[in-house]
Amino acid sequence: MNLGALLKVALRALAVNKLRSALTMLGIIIGVGAVIVMIAVGAGAQARVEEQIRSLGSNLLLVISGATTAGGVRLGFGSNLTLSEDDATTLSRELPEVTAAPALRGSAQVVWGNQNWSTVIFGITPEYLEVRQWELVAGRSFEPADMAGAAKVCLIGATVAKQLFGGADPLDQVIRIRRVPFTVIGVLDTKGQSMMGTDQDDLVLMPLHTARKRVLGVGTLAKQRSVGTIWIKVRDGYDMKAAEDQVRRLLRQRHRLQPGQDDDFSLRNLAEVAAAQEASSRVLAMLLAAVASVSLVVGGIGIMNIMLVSVTERTREIGLRMAVGARMRDILGQFLVEAVTLSLIGGLVGVALGVGSAFAIGQFAGWRIELDLEAVALAVAFAFAIGVFFGFYPARKAARLNPVEALRFE
Amino acid sequence: MQPIIRCRELGKVYRMGDNRIQALAGVSVEIAAGDFVAVMGPSGSGKSTFMNLLGCLDRPSSGEYVLAGRAVAELPDDELAALRNRYIGFVFQSFNLLARTSALDNVALPLVYAGVPAKERRERAEAMLEQVGLAGRAAHHPAQLSGGQQQRVAIARALVTRPIIILADEPTGALDSRTSLEIMALLQRLNRGSMTIVLVTHEPEVACFARRVLRFRDGHIAGDQINTPEDAARLLEAEKVPA
Repeated sequence: MNLGALLKVALRALAVNKLRSALTMLGIIIGVGAVIVMIAVGAGAQARVEEQIRSLGSNLLLVISGATTAGGVRLGFGSNLTLSEDDATTLSRELPEVTAAPALRGSAQVVWGNQNWSTVIFGITPEYLEVRQWELVAGRSFEPADMAGAAKVCLIGATVAKQLFGGADPLDQVIRIRRVPFTVIGVLDTKGQSMMGTDQDDLVLMPLHTARKRVLGVGTLAKQRSVGTIWIKVRDGYDMKAAEDQVRRLLRQRHRLQPGQDDDFSLRNLAEVAAAQEASSRVLAMLLAAVASVSLVVGGIGIMNIMLVSVTERTREIGLRMAVGARMRDILGQFLVEAVTLSLIGGLVGVALGVGSAFAIGQFAGWRIELDLEAVALAVAFAFAIGVFFGFYPARKAARLNPVEALRFE
Repeated sequence: MQPIIRCRELGKVYRMGDNRIQALAGVSVEIAAGDFVAVMGPSGSGKSTFMNLLGCLDRPSSGEYVLAGRAVAELPDDELAALRNRYIGFVFQSFNLLARTSALDNVALPLVYAGVPAKERRERAEAMLEQVGLAGRAAHHPAQLSGGQQQRVAIARALVTRPIIILADEPTGALDSRTSLEIMALLQRLNRGSMTIVLVTHEPEVACFARRVLRFRDGHIAGDQINTPEDAARLLEAEKVPA
């Protein structure tokens, strides 16, 4: 018997018990649908993480000033400004593979007209924009004159623009930061949430010297050139780990740290953090798909169960087919094709259901959904394999029936 | 005429737990082409076992069985299936038609396993239905047919592969006497067309239409006699007159 004839026989047999066939398929339908939804949701989450990594800027190292110890009380990193602008300049100069951008961070209340908003202030150099990959949607960036002259100009993030100005155009408006008037020369593009969930657009950028002298007011003369953090971008094609070692070596040298002495700064590889997060989201996606495929296996067991019942019910039919010349492989093929037809039709309906549900979830829950053809094909192939696997035992049982006993079966 | 079936010392032993049941003990018989043989005997006499062996549904435990010149006893399953398909037409007491399947498809079923293309299957099945007088019922399902009609569909199915022998196991067992007569008339007509028929029955009224009667008892042949067959068609005619 060829495949077409077997398929016709299978479809006819399945049509005899429509409700039973439909219920049996339901297991596979739910399984395949669940696998597809889970893969779509998992891939969506992963894509979001990847996007966040891109928004953070890849190949980033972050150096944070060291900790103070005052009277045995150790404060956290950044409490003592051990880094300086000169560290950043030296890093950029000595290590051709990196661009270092010093930054001084603080928070302040910003005021425009009758609006005010608490936000984060960064005193930066123009390299910072490059390293963090900030783009402007309006206005201009800092010019060398702004930097050198500690000009009272600033760039504002999208959140600040929205909170202070609402719909108004912030360009060339004067805002007050700790009572110091600043002219807004540009608005930054949106970056959205960071991986930690903080709003990256809630900030004001100003020249480093302006921040130090006029706003954040770092006190002592000894700290005149100190900064809180240095952002370091490693150029494409360079190994992050090697660059990290170079930066650490150079900073230790500049800070005159003896071998064995602890770093007076903390060096973080942000790409590593991001990679860890990506890995965990991938694990989560795989876990979801694995749980969903359990229901596929359960569906397969349902198929096996029904096929066994069907073989028993149709024992006489099997006996008759054998009597008129069906060979073992004809009977095996007949029942195997029947099981696979059940699982494949279930699989295809499941795909439709899964794709529909995935889009519905994307629509109503607002989650990001990523559907690729590969996942759909995989789910269908899995359904097929389940049909073969769980259909084989009942089919073999049918094929091994003794024709004499099968014909006499009541 | 040359024998198309030759059995020599055919034996069959069933094992049920520790019990050995000798269902058939040394049966030797020849059946000639074109013969019409009735196999009779009480239940447990071995006649069903004998038929299963003749039909290549089972293998003998001992002895030799030659069907159309081929020794069957040692053949593998697939070749037995091919022999059944090509040489043997089965007719059963309970018809054994596929439910929810048209008469035409039921008749064509053996041709599917013979690898006959669909169009030819259809034509041959139609011709067979016509031959058994059911030309207009091709699309009917078994449930829509009377018992006699169902058995005629089954006979058409047995004939469709152009077998060399028809094995009928109590073909009238589920039918009333008049319908039985019709079926016997049909079988006699086929036999007159030179089809070899072996029929199992326990009813003498059925066996009387055969040319030869084999009587089984305790696993061997207790009687083998030539019979002058009654003519079923004529009996049917005679019955019609008073009615």
